Amino acid sequence: MGSNGNGEGRRVLRRVGGWWRYGMIAGVPLVVAAGLGYAGGWLTPGRLTAQKLVDQLQSNAGVHPGYRRNHAKGVCVAGTFTGNGALQSYSKAQVFAPGVVPVVGRFAIPGGNPYAPDSSAPIRSMALRLTQPNGQQWRTGMNSMPVFPVATPQAFYELLQAQQPDPASGKPDQAKVGAFFGAHPEAGAFLAWVKTAKPSPSYAVDSYWSLNAFELVDAQGAHHPVRWRMVPEARADGSAGQGEDYLAADLVQRLAAGPLRWHLLVTLADPGDPTSDATKAWPASRREIDAGTLELTSTQPQDSGPCRDVNYDPLVLPDGIQASDDPLLPARSAAYAASYLRRTSEEAHLPGSATAKKEAR
Amino acid sequence: MARPTDMFVWPARLLHWLMAVLIIAMLFIGVGMVASVSERHDWLVRLHKPLGVAILVLAVVRLIVRWRNPPPPLPADLPVLQKWAALASHWLLYALMLTLPLVGWAMLSAGGYPVMLSASLRLPSILPANAVAFAVLRHLHAWLAVLLFATFLAHLGAALYHGLVRRDGVLGSMVGWRPRR
Repeated sequence: MGSNGNGEGRRVLRRVGGWWRYGMIAGVPLVVAAGLGYAGGWLTPGRLTAQKLVDQLQSNAGVHPGYRRNHAKGVCVAGTFTGNGALQSYSKAQVFAPGVVPVVGRFAIPGGNPYAPDSSAPIRSMALRLTQPNGQQWRTGMNSMPVFPVATPQAFYELLQAQQPDPASGKPDQAKVGAFFGAHPEAGAFLAWVKTAKPSPSYAVDSYWSLNAFELVDAQGAHHPVRWRMVPEARADGSAGQGEDYLAADLVQRLAAGPLRWHLLVTLADPGDPTSDATKAWPASRREIDAGTLELTSTQPQDSGPCRDVNYDPLVLPDGIQASDDPLLPARSAAYAASYLRRTSEEAHLPGSATAKKEAR
Repeated sequence: MARPTDMFVWPARLLHWLMAVLIIAMLFIGVGMVASVSERHDWLVRLHKPLGVAILVLAVVRLIVRWRNPPPPLPADLPVLQKWAALASHWLLYALMLTLPLVGWAMLSAGGYPVMLSASLRLPSILPANAVAFAVLRHLHAWLAVLLFATFLAHLGAALYHGLVRRDGVLGSMVGWRPRR
């Protein structure tokens, strides 16, 4: 206290006996701790977190220790990507320069159940990790559909909630699913696609879309909003898969005959095309550039293959590719990280992580 | 007139307050980014890594400054237990300032992630990719951060205790106030 402090204040302080000092010593750290609690979401239980998204995936499909919480059933693949230089004026990423980079990838079907039949959904996914000569990586997770059902993480969470199997029937309550889609007209394009989509007999014949928009950054620093897709050279022959696990076997068979190739088609947005809404396709007239060729040469089971310990986080990007303003991207990144921590903790048998029970098929 | 040795030298004070801001910010960024799925998540993760490396570098500089300029002694009349707690908590803080960034760096390395400090600046990996090592280090990173936050709160409480109750010049030696005699 200064010697010229006001007399009344000092009398008050004397009366409270200096306890305010102890109040400060306890109170200031408490306020800081409460601030941290707020930042960590402990004071706002309504906030959507990656943990909640992954918990909901587990509620829908069960806990399968060691497996990814979504797209749990899949296989590893490996090969190369050969850039042709056509995209270089739009992106300075090394991967688009003429040259070959190694690829570790993964094909999968959606859902958190690693034992689901391959025909359980008409959707397949392709995830890739491309490693540039400079050590930077491009990781991308794509799906065999042109649009996503929802535009926001909150809507995706509500969709998962609506799809949670009813404990009595073991199946989603169609009334809840219907109510969700009734309240989400943005899912219209996806639902129209689903109506005609059939589970393909092979990973090799599907196209895989980035769904989310990204931004390419050129050498001058200019940004170019894009989406991309992988278009296969192999053509579907109209057949359907037999049994429950035909996709992995088909891939082994095809790769024994030779490599499988896809072309990376990058679509450039026109001004005004939505970059923050994965439910809306861009007009087919947009300029597309074939940026290079993906060549897959081998496949491995996912429990021992090189893709097992890779988190295909779509925000692991090299210099020259950036996230767009699509709100799904940071949510995917956060949820993949939560899933990755859970399954690696299970692999490490850490206390508190789920342990494998004898899983009955 | 206080003797010059009653205070930390100005580089030590500057480093202390700069790092105080950075470390508290890092703790908030850390808990905030893992509890967010919005664009804040990506933004905070991208801030977390260069700040962590900055703290690592500053901690090394700070130890050198401390070695060249020993801190002012604690008050002679400070009870032994408090003296011991002061010493132990300070060395714990230094250890955590160095360990937390290194564990974070090792964790990303073990996870097979490129350790990007910016869109283009990549640090080398300091561990080979190993999922089990990643999981252990990722949990260690979180628990060490909890320990750092708890130690910081104790440090904050102790500083207020020195400044408000004992009024023994210890707080002033870091704030830069000359003690009143």
